[in-house]
Amino acid sequence: MEASMERQWWIERALMLVALSAVGSLALITLFIFSEGLPVLAKAGLSNFLLSSHWAPTKGHFGIFAMIVSSVLATLGALAIGVPLGLACAVVLAEFATPTMRLILKPAVELLAGIPSVVYGFLGVVLLVPLIRDWLGGPGLSLLAVALILGVMILPTIISISIDALRAVPRTYREASLAVGATQWQTIWRVVLPAARSGVVTAIILAMGRAIGETMAVIMVAGNALRLPHSPLDSVRTLTSNIALELGYASGDHRAALFATGLVLFAVILVLNAAASLLRRQR
Amino acid sequence: MSAPSAIVARPQPPPRRLLGPADAQRLAKAVLWGLTSLALAILVFIIGYIAWKGLPQITAAFLSEPVRDMGRAGGIFSTVVSTALVTAIALAIATPLGVGTAIYLTEYTREGWLVSVVRFGAECLAGVPSIILGLFGFVLFVLKLGFGWSVLSGGLTLAVMVMPTIIRTSEEAIKTVPHELREVCYSLGVPKWPTITRVVLPAALPGIVTGIVLSVGRSVGETAVVLFTAGAAVGTPHSPFDSGRTLAVHFYILAREGISMPNAYGTAFVLVAAILLINTAAYAIMYGVMRKNA
Amino acid sequence: MRPRLSQEAGNGIDAGTFTRIEVRDLSFHYGPETALAHINLKVRRNQILGIMGPARSGKTSFLRILNRLSDLAANARLEGQVLLDGQDIFAPGFDVNALRRKVGIVFDKPVPLPKSIYENLAFAPRMQGGGGATMPEVVERALRRAHLWDEVKDRLGSPALALSGGQQQRLCLARTLAMEPEVILLDEPTSGLDPISTAKIEDTLADLKQSYTIVLVSNSDKQIARVSDRVAFFLMGELVEEGPTRQVFTVPRDPRTEAFVSGSFG
Repeated sequence: MEASMERQWWIERALMLVALSAVGSLALITLFIFSEGLPVLAKAGLSNFLLSSHWAPTKGHFGIFAMIVSSVLATLGALAIGVPLGLACAVVLAEFATPTMRLILKPAVELLAGIPSVVYGFLGVVLLVPLIRDWLGGPGLSLLAVALILGVMILPTIISISIDALRAVPRTYREASLAVGATQWQTIWRVVLPAARSGVVTAIILAMGRAIGETMAVIMVAGNALRLPHSPLDSVRTLTSNIALELGYASGDHRAALFATGLVLFAVILVLNAAASLLRRQR
Repeated sequence: MSAPSAIVARPQPPPRRLLGPADAQRLAKAVLWGLTSLALAILVFIIGYIAWKGLPQITAAFLSEPVRDMGRAGGIFSTVVSTALVTAIALAIATPLGVGTAIYLTEYTREGWLVSVVRFGAECLAGVPSIILGLFGFVLFVLKLGFGWSVLSGGLTLAVMVMPTIIRTSEEAIKTVPHELREVCYSLGVPKWPTITRVVLPAALPGIVTGIVLSVGRSVGETAVVLFTAGAAVGTPHSPFDSGRTLAVHFYILAREGISMPNAYGTAFVLVAAILLINTAAYAIMYGVMRKNA
Repeated sequence: MRPRLSQEAGNGIDAGTFTRIEVRDLSFHYGPETALAHINLKVRRNQILGIMGPARSGKTSFLRILNRLSDLAANARLEGQVLLDGQDIFAPGFDVNALRRKVGIVFDKPVPLPKSIYENLAFAPRMQGGGGATMPEVVERALRRAHLWDEVKDRLGSPALALSGGQQQRLCLARTLAMEPEVILLDEPTSGLDPISTAKIEDTLADLKQSYTIVLVSNSDKQIARVSDRVAFFLMGELVEEGPTRQVFTVPRDPRTEAFVSGSFG
């Protein structure tokens, strides 16, 4: 008979184990990345690893500074493009659009989110790179291309989270502002956006995480040259590209160094996610 | 007498601004709508371009023949099989684990430290970039567990990737089941587990299915994870231990190596169309339910 | 079963009554808030005990303790004892699900399960192993006792949510009856129902008390006066007075009862 109290107890225990599988997976991932990457970090030294731009793994040089810089610049560029564009869309969708418009535009945003990164990268190579090469010079495969592609890719994240943040602002705020004679735009600019600030910042942080972690699209348009970028038109190699390009044929210390790169990436993203979580909880 | 009139304050003219509020609003709206149209235009362009270049490639042969000559000839059928296998394995594992976790979080615990830990774990897992997951899957499944480059390795790693999505959507779905339904069951002497399986889960099913369908969409589009775990073998996999390239991996290789542009566009079209269809189905399920409950 | 002499005025001698539920010095707290303080009460078999009082007096909390639905509340703390047929229902290891089958409840809002009428009734009994051939009889018997059979007998397969409010509430009553309880708890069962549905349910209760022990919480003291044999008056978590209906309403012992009954507050 189903109604046995002892059976219920066992079911609860079993479910608890299942629930820990998510945490368990995360722990496993952390464990493996750590254990594979740590030896090389010990050998090469953490500061040397992080601050030297000399990456010649076959000769024993493991400096990822150039890649860190490229990743950071690419992400900042992506934010410079994605945040204004995304916020504008979010404001339009949340504040100005009529319900029929919203019915078309919201699914459109979600569709954008579904396009795989390789397709973005492909279009970048086929359309964007030649454009940059012909109009701005350089090889086309460049930091600029990466920033542009990443900027478009983070749009759905920024838009949906910002819309949620804007919607969460109580209607009474808007009504109070309009009641004293402010225009809709004044209300948005001075009341709604500041009130939604933490949500928008969360959106930006999560978008940063996405941008830093993006691999396939970046590989296809970045050029993957191993040096510090001096201009947006230079070819660059990001942390993620580095791992993906060399993992297939790396072994021994070289492979360990790639894991160490992954470790750095992982740490950065964990910090970003933790910041976003804290912000979310504060709200 | 000049002194008193100097003391009396004269009404000041209002401070001159560049734009009055009404004009500022018009400008702001123009800029915002402009930017929004730009974003929309990008989306339309992406899909339109892929459709324009890719649709001509879609023939029955393209869809049903396996990859030949490293992608220069033949179709994409073998990749479709690989994609289906990898996705199926991923869902077979992630669904029970994910839904089980969601059930535990909503039905069996009160907000406490254990719940926070599980939730934190799931949130972090959601943020792990795909290349790190690829690394992880490579080390654990391909190397240490000895599965090699295989559909199995790919599926297992994808399971880890989609589990947070399933947990989150299942949790939301279960939470929307009204509390009174559970109370009624308990008050009739029905224990917790049958209440969950016979009343709560059936009521939450559309939301849970939506999450699963969305995970299918993500798995189909994923490249980095699968490339380093399932490998890139061209043939049709016959067992979970065979290596096989998925649709997305095949597309990546075609594009990167410049092997065959027409085939690349065709593959891209199938990829994007498949994902769009899958995601549309997911939202149709979700909105269908919302309309039923309204 | 020893006949006991009742000593309360106005009700004569109740032959054959004895206690089904005894509450001893019960106190109940939600965190720092005290919902019930030192309640002592006996519920007699085959009678309707009406519980009345203004809002927030602990009536619903008290009712839910009787079948341990209070377990579901977070931060709940309980002191004292509740005995059903002499057994402490809060004893460790006590079979809660068996308790809830014996002590059924009808809530203030009808909550039909999103299933057919038949399924609503068969769902819980089936889990007890009952089912198969006898289930249709069980369903019909429960619906008849709840005075709903004639209205739904032709559409047992249709969704329960399509019924009217009054019908849904009688469905919930039938659902409880299908479990063959011995005690039925009702928490403001007619709140939100029109007078006709209310009357139907009150008539049903009068019939049911032949076979069941009933505890009825109501915000309407008039309903309590109409329906109950005995009345308990709760005020701010305290049991102020308990006795036969006629006595409590006409010659209450406590001035607070007097004030409530005469409408000075509520």
